Amino acid sequence: MLTTTLGLFNYWIVIVLMMLGLYAVIASRNLIKKIIGLNIFQTSVFIFYISMAKLEGGTAPILAEGIPHYANPLPHVLILTAIVVSVATTALGLALILRIREAYDSVEEDEIQRLDE
Amino acid sequence: MIKEHLPVLQVIIPLIAAPVCMLAYRPKLAWLIATAVSWTAFIIASILLITVRETGTLSYALGGWAAPWGIEYRVDTISAFVLLIVAGISAVTILFARKSVEREIEPDRIYLFYTAWVLCLTGLLGIAITGDVFNLFVFLEISSLSTYALIAFGSDRRALIAAYRYLVMGTIGATFIVIGIGFLYAMTGTLNMLDLAERLPSVSNTRTIAVAFAFMTVGISLKVALFPLHAWLPNAYTYAPSAVSALLAGTASKVGVYILLRFLFTVFGGGFAFDTMVLNGILLVLALLAILSGPLIAVFQTNLKRMLAYSSVAQIGYTVLGVSLASITGLTASIVHLFNHALIKTVLFMALGAVFYRIGSVSITEINGLGRRMPWTMAAFVAGGLSLIGVPMTAGFISKWYLISASLEKGLWPVVVVIIIASLLAVVYVWRVVEAAYFQPAAEKSSTGVTDTVIKGREEAPLGMLIPIWALVAANIYFGLDASLTTGVARQAAETLLGGLSLTVWGG
Amino acid sequence: MNLFSLSLLLPLILPLAGAVLIALTGGYPNLREAMTLTTASALFLVVVFIYPEIAAGGRPEMLLVETIPGMPLALSVEPLGMLFALVASFLWIVTSLYAIGYMRAHHEENQTRFYVCFAIAIASVMGIAFAANMFTLFVFYEVLTLSTYPLVTHAGTEAAKRAGRVYLGLLLGTSFAFQLVAILWTWTLAGTLDFEPGGILRDHVSQGIISHGAIGVLFALYIFGIGKAALMPFHRWLPAAMVAPTPVSALLHAVAVVKAGVFTVLKVSVYLFGTDLLTETGISQWIMYMAAATILIGSLVAITRDNLKARLAYSTVSQLSYIVLGAMLANAAGIIGAGMHIVMHAFGKITLFFCAGAFMVAAHKTEVSQLRGIGRTMPVTTLAFLIGALCVIGLPPFGGMWSKWYLALGAVEAGQLVFVGVLMVSTLLNIAYLLPIPIQGFFAAPSEAGTGNQSGKDGNDGGWRANIKEAPAFCVAALSITALGCFGLFLFPEPIYRLIAQIV
Repeated sequence: MLTTTLGLFNYWIVIVLMMLGLYAVIASRNLIKKIIGLNIFQTSVFIFYISMAKLEGGTAPILAEGIPHYANPLPHVLILTAIVVSVATTALGLALILRIREAYDSVEEDEIQRLDE
Repeated sequence: MIKEHLPVLQVIIPLIAAPVCMLAYRPKLAWLIATAVSWTAFIIASILLITVRETGTLSYALGGWAAPWGIEYRVDTISAFVLLIVAGISAVTILFARKSVEREIEPDRIYLFYTAWVLCLTGLLGIAITGDVFNLFVFLEISSLSTYALIAFGSDRRALIAAYRYLVMGTIGATFIVIGIGFLYAMTGTLNMLDLAERLPSVSNTRTIAVAFAFMTVGISLKVALFPLHAWLPNAYTYAPSAVSALLAGTASKVGVYILLRFLFTVFGGGFAFDTMVLNGILLVLALLAILSGPLIAVFQTNLKRMLAYSSVAQIGYTVLGVSLASITGLTASIVHLFNHALIKTVLFMALGAVFYRIGSVSITEINGLGRRMPWTMAAFVAGGLSLIGVPMTAGFISKWYLISASLEKGLWPVVVVIIIASLLAVVYVWRVVEAAYFQPAAEKSSTGVTDTVIKGREEAPLGMLIPIWALVAANIYFGLDASLTTGVARQAAETLLGGLSLTVWGG
Repeated sequence: MNLFSLSLLLPLILPLAGAVLIALTGGYPNLREAMTLTTASALFLVVVFIYPEIAAGGRPEMLLVETIPGMPLALSVEPLGMLFALVASFLWIVTSLYAIGYMRAHHEENQTRFYVCFAIAIASVMGIAFAANMFTLFVFYEVLTLSTYPLVTHAGTEAAKRAGRVYLGLLLGTSFAFQLVAILWTWTLAGTLDFEPGGILRDHVSQGIISHGAIGVLFALYIFGIGKAALMPFHRWLPAAMVAPTPVSALLHAVAVVKAGVFTVLKVSVYLFGTDLLTETGISQWIMYMAAATILIGSLVAITRDNLKARLAYSTVSQLSYIVLGAMLANAAGIIGAGMHIVMHAFGKITLFFCAGAFMVAAHKTEVSQLRGIGRTMPVTTLAFLIGALCVIGLPPFGGMWSKWYLALGAVEAGQLVFVGVLMVSTLLNIAYLLPIPIQGFFAAPSEAGTGNQSGKDGNDGGWRANIKEAPAFCVAALSITALGCFGLFLFPEPIYRLIAQIV
């Protein structure tokens, strides 16, 4: 029981971060905070991928004598792509917020909703 | 020689064209490039579909790396069909876009608009062609990010909010899909769809795969806008520029359904998805709710674009309904409806775009007497509306025919009743427009204060808009009269999805 | 496909081409109306050209397009369709004549739209008449509904729009909710929708694939799905459609559309189910009671209506059920009576509507109670009305007598004496609501001077001729032709009889 709880600690971190991020996206009424929440949410997935590939005692994947175990590099590569996507999303989100602020003079969701009624 | 590289060219050409479009800067030049790219993509997609129908599935190893390790582009009947839908709709709407965009977007940002358009096209085509699940995610994000940008081009400031909301929802959906992919990879060590399909059965009874399945289904449903995850859709379609609404309605949701089909049938396998996870029951209920709720809300809308958006919610329900029946006829119905609904909704949104071009509004209170002032545009809208209802001799009828016969095959009488009720509600919301446009005397002056359009006598939309609109109207009627092509392809695709594979290796 | 089969396309193409020409010549009313007349005459000639082949027992076929594998849009001519096409195309010529006079005298708007939709409606009637399978028939059935909708709402007033909603709602609603489902059900069962003598569902019943109860439900879905047959309780659209201009009420809502409905009922009964199956399973009995109820209630309602067109509409509701009743009797005399009644009632009722329109145009009178003494100012029209009424009632020397004769004969042969009684009672009711109109028109003194006939008051000096104030010549000509037709059909019912006798 203890080993599964502690041995899978990386997954616990992932879950905590994920919930934190989702909570921020849902609960926050500030547009920027929502984007930050989204970032945390995505980061948890990055950690999930990277930690999944890590092998205890494994090294970089080099074909050489004396290296019996190596970590799978593919998830790292995948996550590099995912990070790019995430950065792009954040940038676009923030750009949208800028224009929203120009149009509404606010980044608070409640206020924006009121202005549109 | 070049023919064997067509699968990659399908994606590469628009991808390279995007930065070129941006460098072009001049609006007209950017439009020309986007048009050329769309039409090239359309031609390639047509060739691919013909080839696939003749020789069976094509496989293209990207960069020469063979399938399970490298990224594979895989064109089977359903891929080719979706490619054709996406490229075809883009090719037609881009013609329409020129005039419409001139009216709705500031000149110095038009080149960015077309850049985003071409990128969106890249992403959508990529999703349909790739045989690698992570690659699919990447293309999904390319298309989604460019879609958010395209929506934000809308002239109403609410477009920004709509784009922002869609961004948040879409990102959550896409991230859910990545989580699912991560679980799948952890259990099988592969990302290739066929490889996954081979390896999954041995681990399919683990909880990890069940969780992966759940994450992916929810993520994809968000992208598809399946009830009750459709909240982002109405605003996005309403406030996006007219050309974008037309493009999205015809392509984005279709590709979403394609992803659903791919994962359910190719990756997980129909047996796992429906027998072990009993997803069909859930999908059936959600689809029926979508089919009923969409038109029920649509009949009360005064903004016609929003009305069409809610109708889209219902149409997505129809498509998913066919999937949930999990039979050859059901899947055929879904796939045929993907195509037919793309034709229908694009016509309708383009017609509204033409209306907006002339009178600066798409409110039902502003279109009184429009049947006289814009006879061709409104006639096209009526034709599209009839097809939406599912009147015989239109493409929409073929969809309804297959859906009802698939339901009857399974003895699901209540489903038949729901479809009929929803069709009758469609009559109601389409007819509100018909009555207003043809049987209400025209208003003297538009109350929106648009001064640059003098409304007097006939005020038809420019030819550049009418031609693409009527091309699609003609397609609607043609595919309603002779559906052998669409239903033939759809049936073949359904059979491929439900089993029976044949492979021709190409490229590399 | 030989050259003759190709000629089956013409009845479809001609009116459609006519519609295009009418639309193009919309700016020149004379040219436009010449187009209408030319198209109508050409159509009639084409239909007449096909007739000898059918009368000789030929069944030409023509495939338009294979919509879904095994479900083509195809044409095929058989006697019932031939009959229907002949009637509709002939009356289109007469109605076009009438419409020219009426629409101009009545200063209607949007006349081009009117003529275009009219032509499209005729094209779809031809499609219905010549449909080779239920799918084709359904397709044209819906086109007919949609193309006549703009004619119903023609006036564009709030009342017209409301009527349009009822019209569309009931016709589209029943056809989608019941008929389409029935067609799909048939398709799932039999794998074909072709019209075949003897029906396509027979074997399925005898092999026990579908129970008697279920086949009854299927048949009921068809009958109530064919809203155009105006079987109660789905008859409300027909009175509602009376807001349309009179030529529309006359040709479409007394002849083309409603007859398309009963024609479809006949086709379904004879060619999908087969008369034997209907009698065996006993479902026809229920439909007969429904039809009998519609006959009597329709007539009773007609008596209470003071608006002339509404009265005629309810009379149509009632008369249509004669045809349904005949079809359900499912014996030779019944089917012959039903087929003949399509023709006889068409001529009688269209005459009545023409007269109603003429009263409206010439004297601005729409209510029955205003028509007292109308015979003095409009003798020809009133006489034609009398002839039309006698034809509908079924008295010699007019055509209506034959169809009633065969219907009654069919009821007797089937041993359904109760329906003979229904026919008798209904005939009395017909007399009660139709005959007083021309009789009072001729013999009663005008109750009050209307807006349109001041001449009746101050025209003493000019003798009776000065009092004459008939409708435009085109209208009078049209209604005289159909009135003569009623008489002609009494003398020569033989061709009609021979045509229908082929199928029983």
